[in-house]
Amino acid sequence: MGKLRPGTIILVVCLLALAVLPWFAEKYYVQLFTKMMIMAIFAMSLDLLVGFTGLVSLGHAAFFGVAGYVLAFAAPEYEAANLWVSLPLAMACSGLLALVIGVLVLRTSGIYFIMVTLAFAQMVFFLFHDTEFGGGADGIYVYAKPVAAIAGWEPFTLENHTHFYFVVLALLVLVYTGLRILLDSLFGRVIVGIRVNEHRMRSLGYRTFRYKLACFVLAGVLAGMAGYFAAAQFGFVNPETLGWHQSGSVLMMVILGGMGTLTGAVVGAFSMILLELGLQGLPAIGGMDLSKHWQLLMGGFIVCAVLLLPHGLLGLGRTASRLRRKPAEARDG
Amino acid sequence: MAEAVLRTEHLSKHFGGLAAVDNVSLEFFTDQIHAVIGPNGAGKTTLTNLLSGELICTSGSIYLDGADIAGLSADRISQRGVGRSYQKTNIFLPFSVFENCRIAAQSRLNSSMRFIRRALAYREVVREAERALEEVGLEDRAQVPAASLSHGEQRQLEIAMTLATRPRILLLDEPLAGMGGEESAHMVELLQKLKPAHAMLLVEHDMDAVFALADRLTVMVDGRVLESGPPEAIRASAAVQEAYLGADEESHQ
Repeated sequence: MGKLRPGTIILVVCLLALAVLPWFAEKYYVQLFTKMMIMAIFAMSLDLLVGFTGLVSLGHAAFFGVAGYVLAFAAPEYEAANLWVSLPLAMACSGLLALVIGVLVLRTSGIYFIMVTLAFAQMVFFLFHDTEFGGGADGIYVYAKPVAAIAGWEPFTLENHTHFYFVVLALLVLVYTGLRILLDSLFGRVIVGIRVNEHRMRSLGYRTFRYKLACFVLAGVLAGMAGYFAAAQFGFVNPETLGWHQSGSVLMMVILGGMGTLTGAVVGAFSMILLELGLQGLPAIGGMDLSKHWQLLMGGFIVCAVLLLPHGLLGLGRTASRLRRKPAEARDG
Repeated sequence: MAEAVLRTEHLSKHFGGLAAVDNVSLEFFTDQIHAVIGPNGAGKTTLTNLLSGELICTSGSIYLDGADIAGLSADRISQRGVGRSYQKTNIFLPFSVFENCRIAAQSRLNSSMRFIRRALAYREVVREAERALEEVGLEDRAQVPAASLSHGEQRQLEIAMTLATRPRILLLDEPLAGMGGEESAHMVELLQKLKPAHAMLLVEHDMDAVFALADRLTVMVDGRVLESGPPEAIRASAAVQEAYLGADEESHQ
């Protein structure tokens, strides 16, 4: 075993705090943290593309939203869907969509990739927005949370907010651990190699398209997992969940937390949602109601974060130590 | 003589109206260094790019072990045993020196669609990477980031990565570019060591190195082969003197 790094210790402490939270927090906060953990899974799935493979996608919400719709369709009106059927189905649909879109968009790169992912996601958005089968612009309700029954036996019930919380926490840990293992595997080394120097990967004999596609599909499947639980929690899906606002906001979470680290994506998701709440709760000072302009303040904060923290919130330590080291380096040079 | 490992026939590449490579027919044999020289813009790098699959030729053929490989993508050509190094150092700067070679060696596995087992647990890949580093003499630098290597060491790493893919043919685009005297000598020695097991295309401006290494010399001007033959014959050729070696001397005056 290697030495315990400070990062590992912080990680374990945070995990323990999350594990005991439902015993101390009110329902509202338990649900808030559930939402944050769902978004953290979503952000990690995008980070796999943006931070590790170097594919900046502006259409990632399509896979998130579609899974929510699958849940809505899988639940007959006023009846609950079965978790063990509808969750794999939703993730498979997201994966399939990612496969179709991926085959087309991965032929481009750089700015074109950003634009084409955006375009495809908007196509999916308008497919749901302008047709009636998904309730059009109004969306549809998911009246009951999925039931986790296996032949009559229910290990947990998602109607209970604490159970829901622990299911999502377990999935967060599972996805995080799974991706850590993945990134250390042969496949993980290849995708990072593609981000650093795709041209050289090709000349070394790698068919990079395949690996990028596999990564794109995997990211879509995980986004689908997050989208499924988001829809189950809100009890409602509408086209906004797969629109470009959603794609942009999860991309900001990844950038804010620090691209290319899984913990960064989690930190980004948590801090962005907390920040949003904090800013919305600002009091009126003088004649100005600050909370009404929370989006403006949020934008300003993100601009500052990007300018001042090139490695994101998680890179705070790295940025600080580099600043301290600078004079010495200048001397050596 | 044995059959050529790599052979081009009437190979041409046009960029619009410009014939960057024009009707070039060359052969490459194992245990032979075939140097290609010529002034800037003569089409040497374009030729290398055609052979490695990074550019697709306009016309002509490229035979590898007798099979036409013109039109195959760079990754497939690499998998068939053609390794190349770049004029402009083309490595994974943030990775360690070892990881640069390890990822190169990993490319020889049947598939890298392996998602669970740790990359370092593939012992044969690790050994292959270590072997390549030893071959170029970088084993002591294995754990440092590639970005912190000196220019000459990066050139060596470039070669080591190519070797880690176990190529039979090496396409070396100016391996000595920007190297100091001692580093150059080291590289010349390395290339000599590699010669017996490889066929080699050497594009190089350093004439001392070229004449020290080359078994066969081709002079390219404006995309065409001006002269091709044993180095002594080329040195004596009046056409070459005029078009290249002579012109070079004039430009230095």
